Amino acid sequence: MAWEARSSPTGCINLLHGDARNSTSITVFDAKGIHTYQPGWLYVPFGEQDPHKLQRSERRLLQRDIALLSGDAGNVVRIDPAAKQLQTADGQTHAYDYLVLATGSRNAPEEVSGFAEGADHFYSEKASLALEKKLANFTGGRIVTGVASVPYRCPPAPLEFTFMLEASLRDRGLRGSTEIHYVFPINRPFPIQSVSDFVAPLLEERGVQVHTFFNTETIDPEHKIVSSLEGEDLPYDLLVLAPPHKGQQVIIDSGLGDRDGWIPTDHNTLRVKGYEDANLFAVGDATDLPVSKSGSAAHYEGHVVAETIAAEVQHRPIRELYHGRVACFLETGHGQATFLWFDYEHPPKPPKPRRLWHLEKAALNTFYWQLIPPGRV
Amino acid sequence: MAATYQIDKTVDAKGQTCPMPVVMLAKAIKDLKPGQVLAVYATDPGAKKDIPAWANKTGNTLLETVEEPGLLTFYIKKA
Ligand SMILES: Cc1cc2nc3c(=O)[nH]c(=O)nc-3n(C[C@H](O)[C@H](O)[C@H](O)COP(=O)(O)OP(=O)(O)OC[C@H]3O[C@@H](n4cnc5c(N)ncnc54)[C@H](O)[C@@H]3O)c2cc1C
Repeated sequence: MAWEARSSPTGCINLLHGDARNSTSITVFDAKGIHTYQPGWLYVPFGEQDPHKLQRSERRLLQRDIALLSGDAGNVVRIDPAAKQLQTADGQTHAYDYLVLATGSRNAPEEVSGFAEGADHFYSEKASLALEKKLANFTGGRIVTGVASVPYRCPPAPLEFTFMLEASLRDRGLRGSTEIHYVFPINRPFPIQSVSDFVAPLLEERGVQVHTFFNTETIDPEHKIVSSLEGEDLPYDLLVLAPPHKGQQVIIDSGLGDRDGWIPTDHNTLRVKGYEDANLFAVGDATDLPVSKSGSAAHYEGHVVAETIAAEVQHRPIRELYHGRVACFLETGHGQATFLWFDYEHPPKPPKPRRLWHLEKAALNTFYWQLIPPGRV
Repeated sequence: MAATYQIDKTVDAKGQTCPMPVVMLAKAIKDLKPGQVLAVYATDPGAKKDIPAWANKTGNTLLETVEEPGLLTFYIKKA
């Protein structure tokens, strides 16, 4: 059996292994061999997180008898579900009984003209470090934050960044000399109505000007203007946008994704649509599921797939389906946060921001390595 | 009546949840000339609120919204 799995599902690979220990062999194909805790990148621009501490060797996180192939040997270049085979960049072909796709997403700055030259972000280690420098040297002006296009990873992150930015500028005595503008593609500041109702008054209270129906079309780095498909032009001194995202090339090349490379996935069984009888599953950011592209969703999905495969291997009924569960924190600045807990049928009801939620998020950021990859939670 | 419009382009946003129908619409209308008509097919009930609000904000005309069981069709004329 081959898992092509990464990051959050690591814990679930370990779990699966525990469940079906004697009858299976598991191989993880991983281009990098490194597990990155991406939520920590949010804190890098504020000098609150050393990005090098957000990485661990995948080998050390996986149980010892799970095989790991990385580098060219782990870089999957083609998947053939009909033959139940995959090919790696070193020219090898590997057969499998079950395959789980967890290839995540990639930043696609090329989708918006001028993004690479004109915009900053915190969706990679390099970009978050570059933004840290720019913020440290910032002395006032006009900052535009928000989202270039949907979908993107961790929907609350651009809002969290905006709240944290506002608080940090206040602490540095720069708030009076800085305008903050937040742009979002639809007619409210967040896709989920209940969260939108919660953040809209907070943004107003913090003096953040919200521009809705702003689908970023072009960025003019020379004149420092960001323009929307809807015809609005916003000048900026610093532009911090979640970049456009796409699925991985291997998904597109193997004909398994939609136009943008997202894998059509059954909402409940997590089997790849059109390949229901081919033992092919998808989890995490790589899917087209109507849930947040979040480690939290990947984590709950991983449990369901691990249970499904273990049940099939052990010839017992499947006990779990995925119902869209996501749990995440939303930082609101000034050392406070709220908590979002929801699924396909039940939208979140964010509680009033409290210090407790912020401390819980900080604790998760610290103890993630002990809790999630080993499959303890 | 819907059938009387000459449709110049269609957007199939069936099965897409918020905010995708509006985003797909915003991208697609770019390719039309003023006066041309775009038909958007959607199933997400949120589109009933979002698409009229989008038309209002952008100055494009929402000619008609047709509701059938399990399908919403929006006809939009580019300004
Ligand atoms: C700034 C920021 C803040 C975030 N905050 C939160 C948060 O607070 N809470 C939360 O739940 N989520 C958060 N997220 C989202 C979370 O990090 C992702 O949703 C999560 O990492 C998705 O896991 P994944 O396994 O699907 O993909 P990834 O973690 O992206 O892993 C995909 C892996 O697949 C590998 N890969 C890709 N292609 C191939 C190939 N062809 N062959 C072999 N390997 C390949 C890649 O190298 C990569 O390591 C945040 C993300 C960012 C950027």
